Amino acid sequence: MPDATVVHDEVVMADGAKMTARDVDVFYGEKQAVDKVSIDVDSHYVTAFIGPSGCGKSTFLRCFNRMNDTIDIARVGGRIELDGKDIYDPKMDVVQLRARVGMVFQKPNPFPKSIYENIAYGPRIHGLASAKADMDEIVERSLTRAGLWNEVKDRLDESGTAMSGGQQQRLCIARAIAVDPEVILMDEPCSALDPIATARIEELIDDLRGNYAIVIVTHNMQQAARVSQRTAFFHLGNLVEYGGTEAIFTNPRADRTRDYITGRFG
Amino acid sequence: MAPPNAHIVKSFDDDLRALRSIIGEMGGLARSGLDRSIQSLLSFDMELAERVIADDRRIDDLEMEVEAFAISIIARRAPMAQDLREVIAALKIGALIERIGDYGKNISKRVASISDSKYRGAGSGVERMGQMVSEQVDDAMRAFLDRDPYLARAVNDQDEAIDDFYESLFQTLLGEIAEDSELTAPATHYIFIIKNLERIGDHATNIAEMVHYSATGEYLEARAKGGDATGLTLPL
Repeated sequence: MPDATVVHDEVVMADGAKMTARDVDVFYGEKQAVDKVSIDVDSHYVTAFIGPSGCGKSTFLRCFNRMNDTIDIARVGGRIELDGKDIYDPKMDVVQLRARVGMVFQKPNPFPKSIYENIAYGPRIHGLASAKADMDEIVERSLTRAGLWNEVKDRLDESGTAMSGGQQQRLCIARAIAVDPEVILMDEPCSALDPIATARIEELIDDLRGNYAIVIVTHNMQQAARVSQRTAFFHLGNLVEYGGTEAIFTNPRADRTRDYITGRFG
Repeated sequence: MAPPNAHIVKSFDDDLRALRSIIGEMGGLARSGLDRSIQSLLSFDMELAERVIADDRRIDDLEMEVEAFAISIIARRAPMAQDLREVIAALKIGALIERIGDYGKNISKRVASISDSKYRGAGSGVERMGQMVSEQVDDAMRAFLDRDPYLARAVNDQDEAIDDFYESLFQTLLGEIAEDSELTAPATHYIFIIKNLERIGDHATNIAEMVHYSATGEYLEARAKGGDATGLTLPL
């Protein structure tokens, strides 16, 4: 039986959380990857999920927009809500859910299409723009928000895959933003990028904060400390501790958190 | 097999150990400077007083070493949690010990002036207060070296006794000046000396507060630091 999650007072939410998870289990076949995890995600903050490889943090993140549905042997139990609505309800439109809860992956994965089309694709299938002018505006706004507009405005017809890695990742973030999501999930968004490109993404996350609930999974503890206001530490499928980022990195309460973030043997 | 509390990167532990050891050396030197300054005062030993003054330079050098080392650890290791608290505590404690060294040096600097006068009145009080403060510094340093929050709290609690002792000595010296104006000069030197001792006590308490924070992540509740009767500091 794992120890109960240590939850700091400052992350206990007085009013509604953007997303809540309650007693979430994830199994891959027989193997349990996530064990009874409960957490509230606040829309005003960046929440970081940290923990060693195999701790379940990415698997858990992927429950928030039902990405685990695409894995045949994955089974999700418990309850996850977006604005109080069960996202695993059979009546939930998963395509719609993924527009509201966007995702950015470890490896930038732009479509093999023009920069313009990378952004326009989502709004088009969701019917967000009726005229070319509307679409142009969405493309410009999304690229501007992602800090990419000035770099690409003169070459919107070029292929998204011809950009640098950091630009590709910002393009993917622009693509997620284009459908006007409420939550953005980021799974190791900088692990394939150099420090400068990483800093640009972190700056972007800072800019986006407040407009979207952002949840970021990262191996890099310094990155969690830099970009997030809430930090959740996972170990062996358990949520060990959840608190304000400053408290987690200066005075963690659980022994396992302390040993992990200070680089000690557990 | 590494000890259970060791870092995966062993050289990180070496760095933290080395940092602690410099602080430990500084503490030893500052306490020795304090003890010898009182001794030089009581026996009007000018030679000893000069040595205390000269030896203080070594404490200053070590403080700069602590500062450079702490900055280097922060830059290279990015310490977190108790490691971060320990490095920050070392940085602040280094500065506090350096101040303690300065107060000891200041006391020694007054030996020459006092030895000119026939006044011997405050000697035993200063001796007693010097012992109390010296023990306080020793306890604070032991708390640091043992990462002992209980001893740190005890140091914090003991400071009040030093403050009370200071107040009574201060009143005594004021009284002696009032009775015999020829004592104004030497008694004023003694007032500065006991004020220095009282400040050393405060710094030992500040060290203890940093030790407590470093060991537990919690701050000791603030308490007024002494010498209120002189009207120079206000109660918190």
